[in-house]
Amino acid sequence: MTADPMAEIREVFFQECEDQISELEMGLLRMEIGQGDAETVNAVFRAVHSIKGGAGIFALDTLVRFAHGFETCLDRVRSGRLAIDPAGMALLLRSADALTDLVRAARNGEGAQDARAQALATELERLAAKGDAKPPSAPTLPRAAPASSPLRTWIIRFTPKAALYAHANETALLLRELSRLGTAEVEIDSSALPDLTEMDPEDAYLSWTVTLATHHDAATLRAVFDFVEDDCDLDIFERPDFAFQDWDNTAAAESAPQPMPAAAIETLPPHPVEAMAAQAESAGTVGATIRVDLDRVDRMIDLVGELVITEAMVSQRVLEAGLARTSAIAMALEELEALTREIQDSVMAIRAQPVRAVFQRIPRLVRELAAQTGKQVRLVTEGEGTEVDKTVIERIADPLTHMIRNAIDHGLESPEARIAAGKPAEGLVRLVALHRSGRIIIEVSDNGAGINRARVRQKAIDHGLINTDAPLTDDEIDNLIFLPGFSTASAVSDISGRGVGMDVVRRAVQAMGGRISIASKPGQGSTFTLSLPLTLAVLDGMVVKTADQTLIVPLASVLETLRPDGADIHPLDNRTAVLALRGGYVPIIDIADVLEFGSRIGQPEQGVALLVESEGGGRAILLVDEIQGQRQVVIKSIEANYRAVYGIAAATVMGDGHVALILDVDTIVSATRESSRLEAPRSLSQVF
Amino acid sequence: MRPGQAIIAADNPMRKLIAFRVGRQEFSVDVTAVREIRGWTSATMLPKAPRYIRGVINLRGAVLPIVDFALRLGLPASEPTARNVIIVVQVGPKQIGILVDAVSDIITLAQSRIQPPPDIASETVSDFVRGLIALDGRMISLIALDLVLPPDSAVAA
Amino acid sequence: MALTVLTVDDSRTMRDMLKHSLIAAGFRVLQAEDGIDGLDVLKRETADVIVTDVNMPRLDGFGFIEALRRDAEKRMTPILVLTTEADPDKKSRAKAAGATGWIIKPFDPAKLVDAIRRVSA
Repeated sequence: MTADPMAEIREVFFQECEDQISELEMGLLRMEIGQGDAETVNAVFRAVHSIKGGAGIFALDTLVRFAHGFETCLDRVRSGRLAIDPAGMALLLRSADALTDLVRAARNGEGAQDARAQALATELERLAAKGDAKPPSAPTLPRAAPASSPLRTWIIRFTPKAALYAHANETALLLRELSRLGTAEVEIDSSALPDLTEMDPEDAYLSWTVTLATHHDAATLRAVFDFVEDDCDLDIFERPDFAFQDWDNTAAAESAPQPMPAAAIETLPPHPVEAMAAQAESAGTVGATIRVDLDRVDRMIDLVGELVITEAMVSQRVLEAGLARTSAIAMALEELEALTREIQDSVMAIRAQPVRAVFQRIPRLVRELAAQTGKQVRLVTEGEGTEVDKTVIERIADPLTHMIRNAIDHGLESPEARIAAGKPAEGLVRLVALHRSGRIIIEVSDNGAGINRARVRQKAIDHGLINTDAPLTDDEIDNLIFLPGFSTASAVSDISGRGVGMDVVRRAVQAMGGRISIASKPGQGSTFTLSLPLTLAVLDGMVVKTADQTLIVPLASVLETLRPDGADIHPLDNRTAVLALRGGYVPIIDIADVLEFGSRIGQPEQGVALLVESEGGGRAILLVDEIQGQRQVVIKSIEANYRAVYGIAAATVMGDGHVALILDVDTIVSATRESSRLEAPRSLSQVF
Repeated sequence: MRPGQAIIAADNPMRKLIAFRVGRQEFSVDVTAVREIRGWTSATMLPKAPRYIRGVINLRGAVLPIVDFALRLGLPASEPTARNVIIVVQVGPKQIGILVDAVSDIITLAQSRIQPPPDIASETVSDFVRGLIALDGRMISLIALDLVLPPDSAVAA
Repeated sequence: MALTVLTVDDSRTMRDMLKHSLIAAGFRVLQAEDGIDGLDVLKRETADVIVTDVNMPRLDGFGFIEALRRDAEKRMTPILVLTTEADPDKKSRAKAAGATGWIIKPFDPAKLVDAIRRVSA
């Protein structure tokens, strides 16, 4: 129990708001592309309605007021009184954005920027007023409503008692009276009818259900039964509008309450409630969910990590004991290993979330960017359901935002330029997520002008990033945009961000053990491809040995491994040397030396060289004694019980139970490049 | 309540200590700080660490730093063997392993039996020794472990 | 024996809030997320009073009340409807469906408790 239950409920409210906002955004987007059925509109309405309701509890007045105006508008749409044109749609989308901001402001206890919300509220009010002015815009309505009161559908359930008949009343008369009031449909329930032998001729056994579409109100209907009120069981209630839509799919979302379609009279529809219950049941089997405290899941991931390590240790011991691989115990262990991996995958899957959480923020970004740049942009997203570890989700948002900015700002042309190039004025940005060989791939593509290679090349030369005569392939030129400080926009754009370019994206991606690449076709556009691990709890590493120490080098930063030829190694002084590699020079870093592990065995040419690339894009050769293989390792924190260690990112536990350190390639490469007085022209280190 | 306990005044509670040997000296830590005691296994060296950090070992999946207590106190030390002992202690949020020669005793005594450390201008004494205990002709130092790890700010750049 | 109140609302905030207020007043509280869920809960449990929201997915408040009123056993259970504003149309619809009374959100816990006691007496 927390001391302050209200604070807890408040927290629940804001969490719920996030869900509601997602629901709202998704629904509006579906409506925008014309896929908004009745349930979508209902869900959108409910989302805003719930936010308003909760906000009311906590007296968040600004939020309540705005949500109220928004909700009123949506209610008109829902009831079919208001048709939404593209301009109206845009208003609804902007209102959703504003609502998001108001919720955030309320959560942080900030004063909301009232001006924008106020302006939108006024617009919403105007839009809602349209719905008031117009008569029900239901072209499908079979006939014009003659009366001023709306047409409503009533259910009249009527079970006469024996007394009714005893009082000489006639059911048939009552039913005829009812049917005069509108369009009636009568159903007789004879389930209470006993066998003939048991039947009491004086008793009543039948009940009637009348479905009546009428302009009259309940009082008028009840008046029909004035004389028999005490002699029958009578239930009169209105059938809710939505029930029509739910059981009869042909009823359009915008239709106002309408009479029973004539065709439907012959076959009685299933009871609305039952139909819905059945629908709900089938929906329920798809995605029953529970909420679990994240700490519990993380604890489980830790434990499974232990299990994997322990299993590996046992396997190793068994092999060391000289047991044959075909022995029963070795085979049982193999089975155990397979099971362990499966458990690990399953546990990781618990923490996996669809990328939807990140993708959902993109439409708003695109709208804002389009408005800022004056470009027309259509966004298409695919694979929103693709799942990836929560930690990855949290960290892809920023790079993705940057890539989208880049695609709209630099990729797409202005509408005029597009038309001049014979393309539609509206540019296309595609955002796709998919799984490929155990990694998640995210593609951001545009159908803009593609990379202007001549300009990129010139810029790289101007910045001293490449030599004037560097022989580069198209692909290599395209990839120059990832170099630090490179920016293709002639003027530093406000949108793609204050002079930071794709190098920032690449750094962020590499920090996650990911890779980014670009493919571009002049005049047709560019595609950026992100490849990321599915989780940050494990890492693909290269196991190396130097000065008798086992180290893990993250595979993501290793470009290639080579055996250096002595003739290519050029000492610069007694501590530093460079390796001549395909026309450039790369600094050599002796890992044992840098980490002060003592001296490495033998000469540089007797070691193994790893060509690595740091997050900053700097390249270097890491010299080690031997490569022992590659494996996936579970990442363990050193800082938890100790402190940050120079040149080391984290640790892992190897199969023999010993701790192996995971190299922090970035720190080592950048520190070496700074300290080694290797500040020769940058081109030295850029090997293509 | 057992009758014996009644005579202990509230301001003189019982303390339970684990005593261990490093070289020829005897030290002790409060038993509540001790998580477990285990044998020595070879540690993985940490780059640019102080000499008294023997490295890290795997303690059921956690990475545990090992402090060679003799080196930490500036006493002569030899390479640890399988006969050495690691006392795993909790220091704040962290668990660390203290490498010692052997565990010598588990002592229960009244707080009043612990004498204040002498006023000696020795950094080691002021950093670690919190009290002295005279027991059967032995002298046992009660130590505190808050300063046993190097401070975070000392991370080499 | 404490009165059992079933609260039906799709908003967790509202459910928590209702629960908090009702438990404080000494009621036993059952919870459901929407009409369908509410009907489901009532298959296993008995409620003395039902408090339901109107706008809910799957089965809304009107449909829920209607379904209950059709059930011989539950047609006598008092049902209070939670609505956000005093919308006369909603009120009459709720009444027609068989609601016993209504409460306007955001509700005053004391008034809610009062209303529950009144209809359950």
